Amino acid sequence: MYTKIDRDQSRFKQIVRGKIRQNLRKYVTHGELIGRQGRDLVSIPIPQLDVPHFRYGHNGAGGVGQGDGEEGTPVAPGDPDQGDGTGQAGSDPGGHILEVEVSLEELAQILGDELELPRIEPKGKANITDEKLKYTAIRRTGPESLRHFKRTYMEALRRQISSSTYDASRPLVVPIRDDKRYRSWTSSPQPDANAAVIYIMDVSGSMTDEQKQIVRTEAFWIDAWLRSQYHGLERRYIIHDAAAKEVDEETFYHTRESGGTRISSAYQVCIDLMNRTLPVSDWNLYVFQFSDGDNWGEDNQASLRLLREQILPHVNLFCYGQVESPYGSGEFLRTLRDGLGRDVENMVLSEIRDRDAIYDSIKLFLGKGR
Amino acid sequence: MAISRVEPLPADLAEIQVQMEEYARGYGLDFFPTIFEVVEHDQLNAIAAYGGFPTRYPHWRFGMEYEQLAKGYNYGLQKIYELVINNDPCYAYLMRSNSLSDQKMVMAHVYGHCDFFKNNFWFSKTDRKMMDNMANHGNRIRRYIDRFGVDEVEDFIDACLSIEDLIDVYSPFIKRFDEPTFHRFRGSDEVNELDPPGKFKAKEYMDQFVNPPDVLAAEADKRKKQQRVQEKFPREPVRDVMLFVLEHAPLKPWQLDVLSIIRDEAYYFAPQAQTKIMNEGWASYWHSTIMTRQGLTGADVVNYCDHHSGTMATSGGRLNPYKLGLELYRDIEDRWNKGRFGREYEECDDYETRRQWDTGANLGRQKIFETRKIHNDLTFIDTFLTLEFCREHKFFSFGYNEDTNYYEIESREFPKIKQRLLFSLTNRGQPLITVRDGNYKNRGELFLGHEFNGIELQMNYARDTLSNLQRLWTRPVHIDTILGGVKTILSYDGKEHAIEQFKPSK
Repeated sequence: MYTKIDRDQSRFKQIVRGKIRQNLRKYVTHGELIGRQGRDLVSIPIPQLDVPHFRYGHNGAGGVGQGDGEEGTPVAPGDPDQGDGTGQAGSDPGGHILEVEVSLEELAQILGDELELPRIEPKGKANITDEKLKYTAIRRTGPESLRHFKRTYMEALRRQISSSTYDASRPLVVPIRDDKRYRSWTSSPQPDANAAVIYIMDVSGSMTDEQKQIVRTEAFWIDAWLRSQYHGLERRYIIHDAAAKEVDEETFYHTRESGGTRISSAYQVCIDLMNRTLPVSDWNLYVFQFSDGDNWGEDNQASLRLLREQILPHVNLFCYGQVESPYGSGEFLRTLRDGLGRDVENMVLSEIRDRDAIYDSIKLFLGKGR
Repeated sequence: MAISRVEPLPADLAEIQVQMEEYARGYGLDFFPTIFEVVEHDQLNAIAAYGGFPTRYPHWRFGMEYEQLAKGYNYGLQKIYELVINNDPCYAYLMRSNSLSDQKMVMAHVYGHCDFFKNNFWFSKTDRKMMDNMANHGNRIRRYIDRFGVDEVEDFIDACLSIEDLIDVYSPFIKRFDEPTFHRFRGSDEVNELDPPGKFKAKEYMDQFVNPPDVLAAEADKRKKQQRVQEKFPREPVRDVMLFVLEHAPLKPWQLDVLSIIRDEAYYFAPQAQTKIMNEGWASYWHSTIMTRQGLTGADVVNYCDHHSGTMATSGGRLNPYKLGLELYRDIEDRWNKGRFGREYEECDDYETRRQWDTGANLGRQKIFETRKIHNDLTFIDTFLTLEFCREHKFFSFGYNEDTNYYEIESREFPKIKQRLLFSLTNRGQPLITVRDGNYKNRGELFLGHEFNGIELQMNYARDTLSNLQRLWTRPVHIDTILGGVKTILSYDGKEHAIEQFKPSK
């Protein structure tokens, strides 16, 4: 009987993913996959479809609340999706996004669940172990941040009652040092495995800001997932046009060059990096390359050779994501496919047409469980 | 059917149930027989997604609800403790993972709801066999899906859902108009096919002087207008847009059935929306009363306090219906116990006298029972929300500031607050829409009116709703509203949206 809900749920998911009932999909708001990003918390959107009703707009809207605050104190943000109410805009979406805040760790879990990602089997130094902590125990000492509120309260209450300092008409319970209880951990050994990700991005003139945003979003999710799978995650960034160099994260996302495109230059830097600082014996290596696929024709053979001989044999996974560009020819994807064949096990090729395709692309990249 | 699936409660819970029921009866609560069932979290989430029922017709929005509840539960953001269905017998579902002291409190809470369902006037016309009928609705719609395909039926359901709130929640209780007389034959003076109306007898050569053409034309015009008023359809604006569509739109039999199912369910759920504050407040009042007076053992106390204060928490300045309802009942009880009502008290403006006021009337309990019988949220707030209560609970009203795109605290003045609160409860916080003309322009078009009260419709939603309505009505549909202070008619003819604005004639 209760399985009926599963059918409704998968129906909903299909609509959201645009597989059926295309006319409904306009109510699904996509927004950013990453909502706001706080210190450790990320708000993730849960897609929601609205059945349209006649309802009030913003103008004159309001209500009653409870609590402190002066006149003019903001209580809630307005809805950014709100139409302007003058009836000119005709295509504003009718849906909105529910946001929930989760930690990065949970986020990776969610991502894994959503995309049905397999857990990665790490290679490398399985003999090195690391302590994995679980907060399941209670202790009498510990940092305040781990204080167990209810247990502490109960201890304090117990003490006050037994020492007759509890006044029922003024039920004030103040814990003293002895009352305090803290969450504590037990540790279990886990094999340690390190991973390094090398991101390569084409920053030639044909890559626009929109496309970089796509790369950034995708890289964020890849980071989140790999981080959840490995104890330590090292990230390196390489940008290239006709020449390539290693840069920091900030530069990676904000550089714009105007030159031509020579992908082999980036591969060379990548290989140097691997040889120099990331010995294959110690690291699980991942290479993610993003480009609009507009490489100089005579460079293709050189690129293929480097990839085949010096990158693919050493990395867990090589992913090539091709973002669609109004300028690029997008031919490099074909070059890779034809040049290396479809059955290279640790290579994944993906075309990312727009923001909506990020989801599918991540699934493609990480779906191999390597 | 869920009924056949009910497993007996485990012994410890069954014992608690007997106890709680006894306590509840002891206070004079009066409820349908109540059947508890313990379910796993995913089942409870599924039932919650179905609006409290174990089964409904197939529709994606239940899947969406479920997805949100399931995610919320899995990520530890929210948890449903219990669900109660307004039905005879009353069904209540308990989450298996609740601790025993949670279950105790939850059962006490459930008896509060059951009493409310049975005795509150606004529930008096609801279908008490809805459990069976929901299953029945599900079967009917599933049959249509088998015959006509899931896309077609679901698409139609979506269109119906767009107007599910356009019902007349008071119609079960009052008779708005006389039954239409379908056989109103016209009097002989009304129609004279041979002669134009108002024509005097005259010889042919005198005719154009006795009956000047422009006078005749004016007369004909006047009569036509009169006739139009008489033949107005509907004769008065109709709030139950769903019923109007059901009665007059050219729908296929299965479509009529689906629409009527959705309308029935809308009427069934309407009182719950109308009494959210009262119903939750009442249940909270009783769980708190029963638990603190009888139900609690030493081992339960801290857990109970934790759970109760969690339920009563207000966060982000938002009103919590549980808390508002509970506090207001307590306030009423206190006032009627002390005789703080009636003209003498109202007219007393000496602060100290008012504060000390206590006639020992001791009518509190009686008063709250009476309140739960006759009021809905709107009248509850209107009748019992006082200045003192607002002050004590730090109420404020907030409004939308276009410049900052924020909702901001607007005022702490009592009339303003009360007005805002009442407004948000009027017509369940939704714009009032009526059918004004079912034969607009004499072309079978549907003309709706928005009874404007200062707040504009949200345009993108209004447009999409019109599109859905048009699919039901099949002829062009229009809605008359105010936009930017100007009379505006939005139209949709099945192909494109049109907007017509009438500049003020100055």
